[in-house]
Amino acid sequence: MTRAALLAPPLVLALAGCGGNQNSLDPGGHGERSIAHLFWVMLGVSLVGFGFIVTLLFLGWVRRDRPYLPGGRGERTATQLVLLLGVALPIVLLVALFVWSDLFVLSSTAAPKRPTALTVRVIGHEWWWEVRYRGSSAVTANEIHIPVRTKVTAIVTTADVIHSFWIPELNRKTDMIPGRANRLVLEADRPGVYRGQCAEFCGLQHAHMSVEVIAEPKPRFDAWLARTAEPAPGGSPVFAKNCSGCHQVRGTEARANVGPDLTHFASRRTIAALTLPNTPPNLRTWLRDPQHVKPGNRMPNLHLSNGEWRALERYVESLR
Amino acid sequence: MAVVERVERLEEIWLERPGVLGWLTTVDHKRIGLLYFWTTLVFFAAGGVEALLMRTQLAQSDERLVSPETYDQLMTMHGVTMIFFFIVPITTGAFGNYLVPLMIGARDMAFPRLNALGFWLFLGAGVFIYSSFLVHEAPNAGWFDYVPLSLRQYDRGHNVDFYALGLIFNGIATTIGALNLIVTIFKLRAPGMSWNRMPLFCFALLATALSLIFALPALTADCILLELQRKLGFHFFDVAHGGDPLLWQHLFWIFGHPEVYIIVLPAFGIATSIIPTFARRRMIAFPLVAMAELLVAFIGFGVWAHHMFSTGISTATLVFFAAASMMVVVPSTIQIYAWVLTVNLGTPVFRAPLMFIGGFITFFVLGGLSGIMFAAIPFDQATTDTYFVVAHFHFVIFGAAVFPLLGGIYYWFPKVTGRMYHEGLAQLSFWLTFAGTALTFFPMHIVGLLGMTRRVYTYDHGLGWDAYNLVETIGGYVLAAGLLAIALNIAWSARRGPYAGRDPFHGGTLEWTIPSPPPHYNFAVVPTVRSASPNWDEEARQEDLERLERDELVLAGGHETPTTTVNDAELSQIAEMPPESPWPIALAVSVTIAFALLLTSHYASAGGFLALALLMLAGWHAAEPEEA
Ligand code: HEC
Ligand SMILES: [Cu+2]
Repeated sequence: MTRAALLAPPLVLALAGCGGNQNSLDPGGHGERSIAHLFWVMLGVSLVGFGFIVTLLFLGWVRRDRPYLPGGRGERTATQLVLLLGVALPIVLLVALFVWSDLFVLSSTAAPKRPTALTVRVIGHEWWWEVRYRGSSAVTANEIHIPVRTKVTAIVTTADVIHSFWIPELNRKTDMIPGRANRLVLEADRPGVYRGQCAEFCGLQHAHMSVEVIAEPKPRFDAWLARTAEPAPGGSPVFAKNCSGCHQVRGTEARANVGPDLTHFASRRTIAALTLPNTPPNLRTWLRDPQHVKPGNRMPNLHLSNGEWRALERYVESLR
Repeated sequence: MAVVERVERLEEIWLERPGVLGWLTTVDHKRIGLLYFWTTLVFFAAGGVEALLMRTQLAQSDERLVSPETYDQLMTMHGVTMIFFFIVPITTGAFGNYLVPLMIGARDMAFPRLNALGFWLFLGAGVFIYSSFLVHEAPNAGWFDYVPLSLRQYDRGHNVDFYALGLIFNGIATTIGALNLIVTIFKLRAPGMSWNRMPLFCFALLATALSLIFALPALTADCILLELQRKLGFHFFDVAHGGDPLLWQHLFWIFGHPEVYIIVLPAFGIATSIIPTFARRRMIAFPLVAMAELLVAFIGFGVWAHHMFSTGISTATLVFFAAASMMVVVPSTIQIYAWVLTVNLGTPVFRAPLMFIGGFITFFVLGGLSGIMFAAIPFDQATTDTYFVVAHFHFVIFGAAVFPLLGGIYYWFPKVTGRMYHEGLAQLSFWLTFAGTALTFFPMHIVGLLGMTRRVYTYDHGLGWDAYNLVETIGGYVLAAGLLAIALNIAWSARRGPYAGRDPFHGGTLEWTIPSPPPHYNFAVVPTVRSASPNWDEEARQEDLERLERDELVLAGGHETPTTTVNDAELSQIAEMPPESPWPIALAVSVTIAFALLLTSHYASAGGFLALALLMLAGWHAAEPEEA
């Protein structure tokens, strides 16, 4: 970052300093760090090039009464300059950029061919993310727990249209395309929450299709995984009647996959792909009027009695 | 016959019917050019209003000014309008039609009626696609309309059908226009205008038209496959039946990337017209620039997959397309230095048109540099589909394609209307649009890097995006004010501006040798061409007067224009040009009805109207002029 700070102090302040936790220039892992590095160098060279051409243009205005180049040179020199600056110099710079970025950085950040210690499957749905762990019965949604400082392979697919999986502070993005399973490495240097968002337009609620990667120390991650793999202690009749057509609560008869698995919903941080923080009042708002909170999403407004709502809320809040 | 009589005779032969009817049946390239101009400006205004609505919605986080449904329609139609119904038709249709014959010394386009047909079909396609707003079913899957989102399962209304049929329809119109430009440039150049003397503007339009001819079929095929799947249940894009959604993307971008050059090439052409005039010297490195223009169009066909770097296609493919994309840079840098150094070598007068070119160069370099960054695959994969991309292509499309257009409007305004625009207001409009463009699009780079993805109808507070978005929205309104100032200037000056005379800027090309506005027949005598800047060639102009005296190549005997050989432009034949005709507009109406019926799945009646259109073609030929 020091080199970059020299190149463009105001931009660096603007870019690396503020911003939420979805800032591609505030890398939290190897993949994104090489990309950010690439960017700062390209920015530096670009600023020089931009400055040069704008200066030439400005000179054209300043010296508008003199029909020759500085030093009295004429058309011959100008044509040679076109060849030098417009052909030779760009070729040299482009070849350098190509070798560095498209051969070197590209391969050094590629997903490893061999399986990593941990593999998560992320499945895009209109407009939420299903998350599964290889070798575990844990299923969750809209948050991906990973152990810190560990290479985790994410295999991304889709249940419907094309989405794109992108955690800006960790790595580049990769699309979720029907019939394909694309792979990406997630690796976080420090514990923390890294926000991401669907990057390919996927319909009405594309704007509210966000996801969090939660990186924690290995022991805490292991405990989380073990707890999440467990089934729920029991079912609820109101839930079975109204919600089991779309949701799964493992250990009960609710087994559908239209909406997120709710087995441990109460221990999640957010509701509806980061649309609302997961608090009891927000849950109430969401359950009673999901179409206002996230217009067009695939969970319909249901019409239940007050007593039924309260029973449901208590039940959903108990799914820890 | 005396000279005066000969000119009067020409006037009589080339005069068209007066009044509205004259406009509906016209085959005069200048009138058709103006029809294109006004129509595309209406579409530009529509696309602009769509953009302002979106910017207002995005001014702050969690705004609920428009619903997500409406936003998606605005966003899709903004893209579709600006690309298919503004830039391409205004450059090829308005500027190309009006100026190419004047610059090459012809009396009309090669196929005047086809020209009219192209316009009316374009208008029909525009009305067709915009009528979708009346039924609240405007296209809504983004301008690149990816499957499966645009398939029936996910998009049940007519929205995507309007899109696909509208683009097929518009593609017919554009192809017709492009063919006409190519043949005109090949065959109708005045005797003596060999390739090395043809204005660079015409080179640019030739490259554009050639690209269109080769690029459009991919889009048309794509849209046909999509409609077959949506309406008749085929499975081209359906994985479960052996199809592939990436097929849509490949075909789309095989068209879509050349389209970028289709958009900017005419702008390059305008820049290379304005710069020599105001720098008061000819362009340096003429052959290099001409070659660069053709080369850009050609390489543009080999880079499409750089729009698909994050789809997971193989690394070898990625690397190939990244390398090809880098090659496109060189022809552009050649042109940039040629422009800038021409300004430096000349004694430029910075009037409004040249100022717009200055803005163009600034923004084009900016957009070009961010474009090069995308050829670094890992960086592309990080920033694609974010506002960084939105910033990049608006600098290229608005900054680099529209700025020269705006400069071009001022530059040729006196030629078209015979009156001068208001210089002060013009310069004010430049500074407003310049500041507006920078304010609107520059911060988009930053929010993009801060993680803001594109095509979102709203965004959360607390991600650090609010302030930038607010600035962008304010910039949008400044930009709109600048464009309004231009509109005002045109409206006022067209009626009140001082008379401009034949050649107010001392331009080098042939259009400045004739009166303003140009007479119906364009040139009283087929002009003499002995250099690349014929209007600066006193002897050749003297020769024209002598030819007129001698009645050599005046062609006052009929509705005629000379044709020449393709390479050396030697006189080969005198061609009889067709008179005005109601057939083009009638045919276009019938095709429009056919498309409306296709939309509503009335295939038999649609077939009926297409058959009617074919019958009209027969009528059109039956009324062909007698061989002279
Ligand atoms: C027609 C299918 C459907 C029905 C019925 C349905 N849901 Fe949902 N539900 C969804 C979908 C789809 C989502 C994801 C919405 C989104 O984020 O876009 C969802 C999201 C949720 C969430 C938020 C989950 C998360 O992790 O963000 C909760 C909680 C929830 N539903 C509870 C219920 C309850 C309780 C009922 C019964 C009253 C119910 N749902 C009925 C489809 C349904
Ligand atoms: Cu999505």
